[in-house]
Formats: sequence, C-alpha cells, structure tokens
Amino acid sequence: MTALIDILGSAGLWAAVLRIATPLILGTLGALLSERSGVLNLGIEGIMTFGAMIGWLAVYNGAGLWTGLLVAALSGAIFGLLHAALTVTLGLSQHVSGLGVTLFASSFAYYAFRLMVPVAGTPPTIVPFQPLDIPFLSSLPFFGQAFFTQTAPTYMAILLAVLLAYLIARTPVGLAIRMTGENPHAAEAQGINPMTIRYGAVVAGSALMGVGGAFLTLSAFNSFFPTMVQGRGWICIALVVFASWRPERALFGALLFALFDGFQLRLQTVLSGVVPYQIFLMIPYLLSIAALAVMARRARVPQALMQPYRRGER
Amino acid sequence: MRFERREHRSTALVIAAPLIAVAGAFAITGILIAIAGAPVFEAYWRILTGAFGSRLSATETLTRATPLILTGLAAAVAFRARLWNIGGEGQFYLGAIAVAAASAHIARGLPSLVQIPLLFVVGAAAGMLLLLLPLWLRLRFSVDEVVTTLLLNFVALLFVSMLIDGVLKDPAAFGWPQSEAVDAAARLPKLLARSRLHIGLGLAVAIAFIVYFVQSRTVFGLQSRAAGLNPSGAAFAGVPLARTLVIVAMISGGLAGLAGAIEVLGVKGYVTNDLSPGYGYSGIVVAMLANLNPLGVVLAALFTAVMFVGADGMSRSMGIPTYIADVTVALSLLSMLIAVFFTQYRIRR
Repeated sequence: MTALIDILGSAGLWAAVLRIATPLILGTLGALLSERSGVLNLGIEGIMTFGAMIGWLAVYNGAGLWTGLLVAALSGAIFGLLHAALTVTLGLSQHVSGLGVTLFASSFAYYAFRLMVPVAGTPPTIVPFQPLDIPFLSSLPFFGQAFFTQTAPTYMAILLAVLLAYLIARTPVGLAIRMTGENPHAAEAQGINPMTIRYGAVVAGSALMGVGGAFLTLSAFNSFFPTMVQGRGWICIALVVFASWRPERALFGALLFALFDGFQLRLQTVLSGVVPYQIFLMIPYLLSIAALAVMARRARVPQALMQPYRRGER
Repeated sequence: MRFERREHRSTALVIAAPLIAVAGAFAITGILIAIAGAPVFEAYWRILTGAFGSRLSATETLTRATPLILTGLAAAVAFRARLWNIGGEGQFYLGAIAVAAASAHIARGLPSLVQIPLLFVVGAAAGMLLLLLPLWLRLRFSVDEVVTTLLLNFVALLFVSMLIDGVLKDPAAFGWPQSEAVDAAARLPKLLARSRLHIGLGLAVAIAFIVYFVQSRTVFGLQSRAAGLNPSGAAFAGVPLARTLVIVAMISGGLAGLAGAIEVLGVKGYVTNDLSPGYGYSGIVVAMLANLNPLGVVLAALFTAVMFVGADGMSRSMGIPTYIADVTVALSLLSMLIAVFFTQYRIRR
C-alpha cells in the first residue's frame, strides 16, 4: 500500500503522465475534429506511424525539430486528403477506407524508413526536444518537476485542446462543423457546403494525428522503429467516445488514461518477478475497452457519423 | 464531379474491376521501386519467379496462402453482415495457443483421427470466444466493435506472450519464449513430401466452398446478408438480428481461430510470438480484394501470398525492402475499393 502512495507522490510520475498523454491528446483531437464533421478516420494508426517516421527522418537529415513536426503534419494532411476523397467524394465505407489508409500509411512508412536508413545494430538517433525551462515555475519544488519540465510540443498540445474546444463550441466554423456532423442536409440548406467542411475537418484532423505520431520520435524517444505506435491510434478512437466528442473532455480523458499508464509502468518495476509484465501491458487496452463500455451509451454521437453525404440523395 | 448509380452492372465490368485495381496498384508500386533505384520490370519478374520459380517456392506460396484463405473468409463472412471483425489477428493467436495447450496437456496420446478434429474444435472455439466479447459489448452497450476487436488483438498477443513465457513455456527451448511442441499424432499430414505444404490447404479451399454454399443457398445466408444491408428492414421482415449476428460472429471468430490451429498443427508444431506475420490483418485485405465473395477469397489469398513470398526473394536479390509487398497489397485494397465503386456508379457528364 505504501508503495502505491509512494508512486502517486513522486514528481516523476506526474511528469511521465504529461509526456505519455501528449500523443494521445493530439491524436484524439484529430479524430474528434474529423468525427464531429461526420467522418470516422481509422487511418489514425497508420497516419501516426507515418508522421513518426517522416518527422524523424526530416530531423535526421538535418531539418529543425519544428520543421520535423511540420513535415509530419503535412504528411498527415495528405493521407487525410486520400481518406476524404474516398469517404466524402466517393462516399465509400469509412471503416474500410480508414483501415486501408492505415495499412498503406504504415507499410509505406516502414518501406521508406528501410530504404533511407540502412539496417544497423543500434538504431540511429537524433537530438530530441529538450524540456522547456520556464523561469520560476520550473524551479518550484515538486510542482516544478512534476508539471513544468515538459517539452514545448506538450504545452502546445494542451493549448490546442483549449483552442479546439473554443473553435467547435463558439465560432461559426465550429457551428458549421457540428451541423455537418449532425445533419448535412440542414447544413446545406443554410448555405454551408458539407463536402468542403468534411474535407477540411478530415485533413486538419489527420495533420494533428501526424504531429501526434511525430511527438513519439522527436520528443518522447529519439529514434524510429516499426510498430512503435503500438495501437495508440486505436486508443485515441476509444478516447473520442469516452470524451463524448468534446475537446475539453478529450484532454481530461487522455490525461486520465496517461495517469493509469504511467502508474502501471511504475507498478511494474515494483512488482517485477511477482506478476508477469504482460499483464501490465494489457491494462491500457483493457482500460480503453472498459471506458467504451461505460461511456458508449451515454455519449452523444454526431448523428450523421459514418453516413456519406450525396447531394440530392436522401 | 457528380456520380449517378448505374442502372445495370455489366458482368465484364465486374470481372475487369479487380484486374484494373491490381494493375493500378502495381503501377504505383512501380514508382516506389524505381525510386529505390531498381529496374521495375525485373523486380516484378523476380517476385513472380520468387513465388513460383521452383518447387520449393511454389509450395511455400501455397503454404502461406492457407491461413490467408481462412482469415480472409473470417473477415468476409463478418463484413457481409456488417459485423466489423478486425480482430482476426488476436483470434488467430488464441486459436493457436489453445491448440498448443490442449495438445500438450489434454489430448496427448490420442490417435490422429480423434486428436486432430478435436484440436480443430478447440482452436475454433478459442477464436469464437474472443469475438463474442466485442459482440456482446455491441449488443448490450452499443460499443463499436471495430475499436474493441482492434484493441483485443493487442491483449490477445500479450496473453499468448505471457503463456509461452510462463506456464506453457517449453523448458527445452534454451530460454526462448515458445510453447511445447504438439503431439506428433496431432501434426497434419503433408500434401507433398519434402515440403511444408500440408492438408490444411485442401481443408481451407473446401471451407471456402461450404461458406459460399451457405451464403448463397441457405436461409441463414440470406438473413446474414439482409442484416448487413439493412438491419431495420431485416428486423421488420422477421430476421432475428441478434441471433444472426451471434452465429456470424461464431463462424467468423471460429474460422480465424481455426486458421491459427491449422498453422500450428500444419507448419510449426509450436507457438512463438512471431507465428503470424499479420495473417489476421492481411485477411481483411484478402476479403476486400475478393469483394467479400468466398470463392474470390481463395484467389485473393493466393495473390497476397504470391506478393509476400515473391517479395521476400526479390528483396534479397535486389536490395528493395520486403515491406514493398505490404505496400502493394494495401494499395490493391484501396484501388479495389475505388474500382468496385465505379462498377456501381458512373460520372455524370
């Protein structure tokens, strides 16, 4: 019992929580934005993988870290464009198209990585983002170490969650996105083009997913290896439901999830040898499933989610 | 650009669609091969000879196609009824480990004719169980099964890894995490001597024909299709939706579990963490390439196996990453989706 309290009281845990949460926050916001306009994007897992690869590759070849993030965002946007073309223009099944994008983006990422970086005993590394030293705050006892030793992209992700919450709830663009996700026919009657809105939301959302992936290679770690995304994309899709499609709750959900994850990582070292480590690794996935079961009924699903919109068809 | 539904789907178009789709995928892959600095046509030629050039490679391709037929059928059956079972990979592994456990501890010593069918049932049942949980969550709590089946893949793989590193670990494996070998009587007979090809291939093809028959000629086949096309309409017409979905899930999960069982009994004889190079996920592609047709699944599985086995050989000799096979297969899926769309719609001028 005291071991548990020790873990919760360590500043290292809370610093890890914010670090673990960052890619989840970015991915969840991306998926959420897209789903609010009515398009489920299961391309997320592959888009995050590709973003992780291309962002890292850019920096490895001499680009700056922020340029790396930008490249990852652009790559995400391109895959988003592909998903939008298939699901919005052609109105194909969003499930199947998204899975196709994931398979394509991840295998393309592995192919490009193998082609550009020869096989080596130890994977090549880059110098990742360093913790931002905030005057006064970072030097606070406990709090400084727990909450203010993050890298810049983490603060950016939290800021983005707040901005996206404002955008969706309070601006005309947000209203147009929500309307398109609830009832595209009504949106069109209001002079909004549902196609344009959906394209915009899917492309912008996919760019966020790309950045979320790149955080893994440019800040959390310093190298890329296949399968490193490890289902984080699917967890983001579950978090969107848990968040009931609201950005502020997505931020909360990602942090809560990361708390459990950071906690189990530390518990693992305490209980190593007693409990197989695989049990701990299962926890994040089981937790996501449990969260879905609890929240799915209560969550307010965008009414036109997964329904293709064809002008003049009912 | 606007589209209108075709009044009439010509047979020629339906047959041409997958061919055009695969050609498109090859064209794009060609660009990637060219970027890698290799001669494109030679690379394709090497893929073909790598998959069929010798007795060894041809039997290897057929061996690889066997689990793909079964996981492809698992996906096709489920998708027909709009049950999005993306958990084939986890079900495959659970079927495999169940067979390894049952053979090592329960069925050991039974004659082949009893033991093999018994182990098939065990493997299929394990796959079924893993799919029934997401289905229950969908029916009871309206949780989208795509996400739950995807997440359960990771859980199942970790579970298997735990067992083969723990209670089921082979003490004679020099510390490697792998299960004890199955009983010699449980190994599937070979189809061809001096090869890895086993009778699982014949079984998989026979199952494809059975699934085809069930889907096109029985009441249940009609009900499962109706449940997928229009659930409320089907319910109105008296189709028991929940019951239909449960049976579909049992068939789908069972086939994926059986694929794992057959892979263990036919090829390896024991379970490792890399028993499947993504057979569950590739099964989804196989099903989509076949446009969910059970007989088409056999051809699509063969195509996918050719790509994977052929690319292995090509990559060794030409220095192109093997991932090129995954890229081609994924591109084939995407272009197939587009091709199928244009058999149903045309661009309005």
